Amino acid sequence: MKPAMGRRHSGTGASDGLFMGPARSIAGRSAAPRVAADPDSERAALAAALAGATGGIATLMTRVEGDAADMLGFQLAMLEDDALAAPAFAGIAAGLPADIAFATAMNAEIAGYDASDDEYFRARSADLADIRDRVLRVLAGEDLAGAEAGVVLTGDDLAPSLFLETDWSRGGAIALRRGSSTSHVAMLARARGIPMVVGLGEALSETAGTLMVDGSTGTVTADPDAAEQVAFASALARHSAARAAEERFLLQPARRRDGAPVEVLVNVAGVEELDGIDPASCDGIGLMRSEFLFRDGADLPDEEMQYHAYRRFLEWAGGKPVTIRTLDIGGDKPIRGLTPEGEANPFLGLRGVRLTLARAEVFRTQLRALARSAVHGNLKVMIPMVTVPDELARSAALLAACLAQLEAAGTPHAAPPLGIMVEVPAVAVAPELFGAARFLSIGSNDLTQYVTAAARDDARVAPLNDPGHPAVLRLIAQVADYGRQTGIPVSLCGDMASEPRHLAALLGAGLTSLSVAPARLARVKAAIAEL
Amino acid sequence: MSATVQDSVVITHDVGLHARPSVKLTKLAKGFAAAVEIATTAEGPWIDAKSIVKVMAMKARQGATLHVRAMGADAQAAVEAVAGLVRRDFDEAGHGP
Repeated sequence: MKPAMGRRHSGTGASDGLFMGPARSIAGRSAAPRVAADPDSERAALAAALAGATGGIATLMTRVEGDAADMLGFQLAMLEDDALAAPAFAGIAAGLPADIAFATAMNAEIAGYDASDDEYFRARSADLADIRDRVLRVLAGEDLAGAEAGVVLTGDDLAPSLFLETDWSRGGAIALRRGSSTSHVAMLARARGIPMVVGLGEALSETAGTLMVDGSTGTVTADPDAAEQVAFASALARHSAARAAEERFLLQPARRRDGAPVEVLVNVAGVEELDGIDPASCDGIGLMRSEFLFRDGADLPDEEMQYHAYRRFLEWAGGKPVTIRTLDIGGDKPIRGLTPEGEANPFLGLRGVRLTLARAEVFRTQLRALARSAVHGNLKVMIPMVTVPDELARSAALLAACLAQLEAAGTPHAAPPLGIMVEVPAVAVAPELFGAARFLSIGSNDLTQYVTAAARDDARVAPLNDPGHPAVLRLIAQVADYGRQTGIPVSLCGDMASEPRHLAALLGAGLTSLSVAPARLARVKAAIAEL
Repeated sequence: MSATVQDSVVITHDVGLHARPSVKLTKLAKGFAAAVEIATTAEGPWIDAKSIVKVMAMKARQGATLHVRAMGADAQAAVEAVAGLVRRDFDEAGHGP
């Protein structure tokens, strides 16, 4: 029966991309109900099914790596834990057939995860369902092979192991009535470039035939007519061409449509990231988060260790600017023994420069290491969470004292320019108070959080935490304007610089320097060329 | 009978004691002969740290204090190892910005 309505379904995009192909339901493959035998036979049947499922996952694990291997490792550890099936064996002893006993036990466990108010734990219920279904399929003697190539998998939720067993060599897509964009399978789909839409609701159950999936908009169209199919095919062609075209921009300097240059730098948070970035693809490092050296529970990094780490970044950049931000912990980044415990409101507490000024010995060690590394390249030092000019003045005085000590000891060093992050609204409103700063870098993540009074890490207020809010954009424009008038360089290093949809507003505000996620370099440069 | 060894540590991992950290923690605990238990309050309930099913069911989040105790021959080493793993953020670098 053809559905009378609802051919176009809206959900949430979990993995970008476009695909059109035949729908394949991942449910409804259950065989006839098992005929239950005596408890001893049922116990043996369940034990054999558990062993079979364990073996199947162990085999899958040999074919994957990274996140997929972690996910299967989790499932394997669950299956190998006697506690998992203990309630099922108790059910069998009470007279239940093996499949019903196991399904009942697992459903109770899954319900516990579904009830969690933590999205991460809720998403794990899909892994539990995966284990349940795999064991039940072995019990029923079903074939465990995944779907054939080039189809759109549909269902309530998709088991991660079924994703891994599916042949994606000719593309494909995933359209789910429920599901979550933070699930393992969504992560796998993004890594593999498979379009995926979740939360499509019950109307999707009516669909069969051909499905068009748009993972970017979160829409699925069932049984498209000829005109829709033609439109989709051309959208797909444009999409593929756009991705390929973006890559051509990677090694080019970023220029706007009128030829005006835009500096595009990268944000990095660790030495190991450098291996994956071609220095020729960017104008330097706009933000190096030094927190990676400070591991919670580990000893504080000494001057020598920090010096060698900073030197690596400078040598990698080969003369291009490298902006290293001094320790920015506190807030959502606690380090025991360094950050205060039990703060009622850590984002408004002792974090960033407030903390490093309070722990001058830690700050001094870092500043000495930075001054020593400065001889190896074009270093700039950036102070986070500055609120009043005095914090910059005290940081500058500490740096000057370090430089004098190094000079007296005859240790090679250089004086890096000192700039500040613009992330506390007080600075964005009155940048003229910070004339001593040699450069300004707008931290749009925290600036947005503080301007909208909406936490970055709370999904319930996430829609309010919008860097595109006119108030945030007005402050950014004001800081850029101040930079133009005074000649103080201004850049922006928050996540919004990596989002093409915000670029027109940022360039329109007068910014000519952006620091982005390394994976977004090509896309950002391509988008700039259109503006 | 050997005495109970106990320690506590704050979970700093971004998403708490979730799948991958739980796998690491239970594998580590299984390497000791001692009975190893964890809890989110000093009063318990105490959970078998060698059972991932039970550890995951705790749903311990970032910021929670994890109490670790062990009883048996190598109890001291077991508590130090398990608490150390949590303290080192499960050896996973890179908190978000």
